[in-house]
Amino acid sequence: MNISLNITKTITELLSGFMPEGAANIGAMVTIALIYLAIFAVAGLYLVLLERKVAAWFQLRLGPNRVGPWGLLQTMADALKLVSKELTGTVKADKFLYNLAPYFVIVSSLMALAVFPFTKEFQAFDINIGIFFLIAISSIGVIGILLGGWASNNKFALIGAMRSGVQTISYELSVGLSLLTMVLLTGTLQLSEIVEVQKNGWLIVQGHIPAIIAFMIYMIAGTAETNRAPFDMVEAESELGAGFHTEYSGMKFAYFFLAEFINMFIIAAIATTVFFGGWLSPFGITESIPWLGVFWFIGKTFLLVFLMMWFRWTFPRLRVDQLLTLEWKYLLPLNLLNIILMAVIVWLNLTIQF
Amino acid sequence: MERIIFYILALIMIVFAIASVSSKKMLRSVIYLLFVLCGIAGLYFLIDYNFLAAIQLTVYAGGIIVLIIFSVVLVHHIEMELELAKRSKQILVGLACLIGLGIFLTTIYSHTFNVVENSITTTAEDIGLGLLSYETGGFILPFEVISILLLASMIGAIVIAKGKKLTDKNEPK
Repeated sequence: MNISLNITKTITELLSGFMPEGAANIGAMVTIALIYLAIFAVAGLYLVLLERKVAAWFQLRLGPNRVGPWGLLQTMADALKLVSKELTGTVKADKFLYNLAPYFVIVSSLMALAVFPFTKEFQAFDINIGIFFLIAISSIGVIGILLGGWASNNKFALIGAMRSGVQTISYELSVGLSLLTMVLLTGTLQLSEIVEVQKNGWLIVQGHIPAIIAFMIYMIAGTAETNRAPFDMVEAESELGAGFHTEYSGMKFAYFFLAEFINMFIIAAIATTVFFGGWLSPFGITESIPWLGVFWFIGKTFLLVFLMMWFRWTFPRLRVDQLLTLEWKYLLPLNLLNIILMAVIVWLNLTIQF
Repeated sequence: MERIIFYILALIMIVFAIASVSSKKMLRSVIYLLFVLCGIAGLYFLIDYNFLAAIQLTVYAGGIIVLIIFSVVLVHHIEMELELAKRSKQILVGLACLIGLGIFLTTIYSHTFNVVENSITTTAEDIGLGLLSYETGGFILPFEVISILLLASMIGAIVIAKGKKLTDKNEPK
């Protein structure tokens, strides 16, 4: 295994100062895993707070403002409450699968986080098939939802899970194809190299018309993949109770909830890396200070997260048949044509380079 | 380090493979099968063949298993447990399995494997060029044949799913 781990290398060197080599390797892996877990547990909590604040803003309310200054500790308090809650279960359910399901969802979304280049140095796992790895990992999360819905032994949960399965399988195609359109432009799947390519202009500028179409398709399909409104038939409150996690309580429910928000972050982070230049600053204004890259990356990602929240509080929910029509009759053919358009543009060298 | 990871993965795969065929509940054995497939993907990651590992995850874990789960969930009596087979049948199947295992093991142990020191990671570019090259060692012909096969099965699926509607439309009135 010769994986180029950028931050792993620094931490391994640090640890091997006072440890034998084998222990230092394992120590570095554990340290990085703990750092990532801690960062994203906290990030997930604050995304929930952001969602509530944005929702309040859109509906001319105040939102959470009692716990801590400006309600900043509200979701921390919620998390503590969820930890201390009783874990209920159904009597005639398959206990093993019921308990296993939340872990599928949360593990698959945490695995995807490892490959993002937050800056040039801050990347845990620079795999040479980066984008493809992300698509592969995101296809596993749906198994957790299907299992959770079935093992709950509840018809609403099962209907929710089946809807989620149909939706994720359909929209995965659009996510994959729209990213493939951009791969035509970069010529590589490795995320760090995709960012390098964008030093001559972000890909959404380089690829102009087809890139903008691909970005729009990607955002629509990405919102559908995370099962968020307007595509949240999976947990449509008015029809299904709470959908596939109706029977879950306490921490197991929190895993599903957290995974949804981390998935939103992942979709936005992929879009940042592939369309908006990752950690690169606009026009290279902070090129001399490389560690500022992490702020650019997070800033762009949160802008896209805000866009997805904007979708959620603006559009009404679709029906299932409308959802499938949108994907198979409109997005998919458009996407295929868009790939051909992009291929022609790359072939004739019509890209915009600075 | 790699040796330890290999043994852990191998143990996971063997345990879950046995659990998958011996479990009496349908959906559970599907999940055990999923763990076996993930273990195989882990082996590919271990030998640094990332592309095949990701293919394994997308096609088998993400595609096939989800389809199997769908078909299992749609089965009417999902809670029914598998009946135990008769003693004579059990012995027969056990013997057949032992013979198969014996043949496999003798072939593996009688073959001498060349240990290749390979530290080159296969990139997606190499695979793409290999798939589309028509020189010796190129894969353009199988690639095209498989695409035609997929197209044929897709059209077949549409005809089966919409069979009645299609024939109704074409009939003269």
